[in-house]
Amino acid sequence: MLVYLLKRLLYALPIALSVTLVCFLLVHIAPGDPLNAVVPADAPAEVVNALKAAYGFDKPLPVQYVRWLGRALTGDLGTSVATGRPVADEVLSAVRNTILLAVIAAIIGFALGALLGGVAGYRHRGIVDRLATALSVVGVSVPHYWLGMVLTIIFSTRLNWLPAMGAGPGGSKEWLWDGEHIRYLVLPVATLMVIPLGIVTRTIRALVADTLSKDFVQALRAKGLSDRAVFLHVVKNVAPTALAVMGLQLGYLMGGSILVETVFAWPGSGFLLNTAIFQRDLPLLQGTILILCLIFVLLNLMVDVLQPLIDPRMRRS
Amino acid sequence: MSNDLPLPSAEDRGGPAQPILIVNGLRKHFPLGGGLFGGNKGAVHAVDGVNITVPKRTTLGIVGESGCGKSTTARLLTRLIEPDEGEVIFDGEAVGVPGGMPLKELRRNLQLVFQDSFASLNPRMTIERAIAFGPQVHGLPASEAIERSRHLLDRVGLEPGRFGGRYPHELSGGQRQRVNIARALAFNPRLIILDESVSALDKSVQAQVLNLLMDLKDELKLTYMFISHDLNVVQYISDHVMVMYLGQVVEVGPVEEVYAHPRHPYTKALLSAVPSLDPARRTERTPLTGDPPNPINPPPGCRFRDRCPKAHAVCAEIAPPSVAVGADHRVACLMADPASGHPDAS
Amino acid sequence: MSNALTQPTVPASIKQASRNYWVGVLRRIGREKLTVVCAAILLLIVLLALLAPWLIGADPYKTSMIRRLLPIGSPGYLLGTDELGRDMIARLAYGGRMSLLIGVMPVFIAFVIGSVVGIFAGYAGGRINMAIMRLLDVFYAFPSVLLAVAIAGALGQGISNSILALTLIFIPQLTRIAESVTTQVRTLDYVEAARMSGASSLTIIRVHILGNVLGPIFVYATGLVSVSMILASGLSFLGLGVKPPEPEWGLMLNTLRSAIYVNPWVAALPGAMIFITSMCFNLMADGIRSAMEVTE
Repeated sequence: MLVYLLKRLLYALPIALSVTLVCFLLVHIAPGDPLNAVVPADAPAEVVNALKAAYGFDKPLPVQYVRWLGRALTGDLGTSVATGRPVADEVLSAVRNTILLAVIAAIIGFALGALLGGVAGYRHRGIVDRLATALSVVGVSVPHYWLGMVLTIIFSTRLNWLPAMGAGPGGSKEWLWDGEHIRYLVLPVATLMVIPLGIVTRTIRALVADTLSKDFVQALRAKGLSDRAVFLHVVKNVAPTALAVMGLQLGYLMGGSILVETVFAWPGSGFLLNTAIFQRDLPLLQGTILILCLIFVLLNLMVDVLQPLIDPRMRRS
Repeated sequence: MSNDLPLPSAEDRGGPAQPILIVNGLRKHFPLGGGLFGGNKGAVHAVDGVNITVPKRTTLGIVGESGCGKSTTARLLTRLIEPDEGEVIFDGEAVGVPGGMPLKELRRNLQLVFQDSFASLNPRMTIERAIAFGPQVHGLPASEAIERSRHLLDRVGLEPGRFGGRYPHELSGGQRQRVNIARALAFNPRLIILDESVSALDKSVQAQVLNLLMDLKDELKLTYMFISHDLNVVQYISDHVMVMYLGQVVEVGPVEEVYAHPRHPYTKALLSAVPSLDPARRTERTPLTGDPPNPINPPPGCRFRDRCPKAHAVCAEIAPPSVAVGADHRVACLMADPASGHPDAS
Repeated sequence: MSNALTQPTVPASIKQASRNYWVGVLRRIGREKLTVVCAAILLLIVLLALLAPWLIGADPYKTSMIRRLLPIGSPGYLLGTDELGRDMIARLAYGGRMSLLIGVMPVFIAFVIGSVVGIFAGYAGGRINMAIMRLLDVFYAFPSVLLAVAIAGALGQGISNSILALTLIFIPQLTRIAESVTTQVRTLDYVEAARMSGASSLTIIRVHILGNVLGPIFVYATGLVSVSMILASGLSFLGLGVKPPEPEWGLMLNTLRSAIYVNPWVAALPGAMIFITSMCFNLMADGIRSAMEVTE
């Protein structure tokens, strides 16, 4: 068991390192010069060269990478070309908002998906089952940015119940747990929740139906075990796979929130990314992607570590 | 019959006295673990120093429990798996060495028929084309290859007009195994390894396929290596029998001799487990208990000693060498070697 | 000898039907109403997009200041007009061309590359396989949407950049599928039998592997088209894909976003097109998959 954990940790290291390499290279596949955004096109060559030297862009790529990685490890992700503020500060405040959105959407989406999928698996071919099947197809086929727009149309412009944009009254960016702020959370969460809902419903439904059809469940029933006890057995068998799927989905939510955040002008990492792209603020782009990806790697690692804890089959091997 | 086949049969090079196949010290260990961080955790000793001699136009039966290395031996001989060590001499020519017989040539002379008749046929290919594939690889034009394929179908008892265009799932298990035999024959091989080839078939179908194999052997001057766990079938078809245990040969000899006078305790146990109609034999059963030990890094000495009713301290120290106990009859047991120090040695 | 055997007779109907595997698959697909309906809708959308210049009279680029944001059902503009007064029917029909192109192309290219790499890795096995798969693991460390946005963002706006970004995120997935089916098929006895014939690896792959692995990879790719459509239009929605004034569903959704207070349902139309197309691809992939899994 301990060996497995150590192995898994060791394995995450090269992956994390490759992630930093890809993020670093992102800036260098970009056409043109990374300084284009700050240097006017008609600037004299000496100025450009001086700036290049100042940013370290005149060194060979591997040297630049090692320097960049060294700084990134100490928490220095460079300076935003557009705003002049440290990238790390910008990213952290934005990521906090994204995590807030993603985690709440994930909790609701997972809970609803587990409930629907569970009932559908139990009552095969019943009404809930059909609903769940339809919902899971819609969930994976709907462009969520469009769903966000439709929800805005219905609940903001038509019914005028909920705010359409932002994360708080008066364009507030600081999150507070009060009723006024929570109202701003409803539509983005409802939209984002649909991303994992379809997959989680589908997975749980299949797992539950599969477990119930297993011989050992029939045997438990024949033994006269109560429905509640049988249910516990089902949960035990479904949980490990469900957990793995949910972990992965939470990670996808972090990425998928980019589009939804744009729709609702939510001041999260997606919004930041958008800004970075259109202002051609490459250090900011690099820093945001790096942080989001490292969170994703960490999530995957956590799933892999947690899974054997609840799945005795994996503990043995 | 072989003369009217377009692909010329490989000639007999070494003469009738030269064994068709001689194998010396064949060895294959599968390393365990591996992976990026996996250290050396030892190896499965699948085949460990096996010697085989197969005279021309005979059948050598190979028996043993599952996991004893029978099938691995077959795959090593056909080079589907590369052996770690070992010398293979086909009709007097060393295989895979500079100046010797090239691999492609060996595979034309030596064919393999698998156990699973369904898995060994491409589900998306008609059987006629499946049989023709080999000759085509060896340069026969497509039309001639198909003609040859239909000819072979007829030879194994499947009417070409009716069966040639069928897909594997449209045939019964026995029919499919006939197709697999025909496919092997398409190369005009001289030695065919039958790896549990009739084991999955019903008894009645099994008998028909066995009879077909016997007919083909006489007609095409074939030699067989017949791998099976079914001792009755092996007795029926073989001239010699080789008993394997955990990757090693424990006893080998003429089939009547070994069946009548088994010398190795493992052979005795195997034979006593055979259901027999002879009441005299049913009484002297020495049942085999337990499973074969783990083939991963087996301990020194005799590998059978944990399950052997006559095991002695000396068995843990000396790996029994193969000694002759009769004409062509060899056994790897310390009891067969009077000088070994085993109390029951004779 | 052959006369001594009694062969079980196969009924002629079954024999004919199972002659060809794909005929059977097509027949089973034909029996699934939902799959047929989805295929029909998709065909309609594709035809509408392809034949737009001949079917649609209106010009999708012609703007008009006085006819901006007409509601659905306006005379002469059945689905209304957009924020620049362009006819929505024309924009939606022409928009399908670009949306389908940037949605299908990445999957198609990734299907070709992924199949080649995956089949090679699966057939080679051993260390080569492990090296390729470990390399691909790196891509799995990125959430796919994020990676697509990052690549497209770094490369800049443009159709080819958006296609390139999406192709890059689908290659690892398709390679992994191709590798796993090939690994399964490779260990089957009939492939070993083909190796016994002395055939070269290329011949074995061509004759014995391709026919048995391309089907499953293709089905997986069909399912990906749905994701690809959403992501491709999503990139345009972010302003990363198609450039205005080119009609494209995602981009139209973006430019119409400011109109949701004036004429909300017109603004929602392009998204509905993406939704319908993507759902049809999804359901059709499901239908093909289950038709291929059944063996009679």
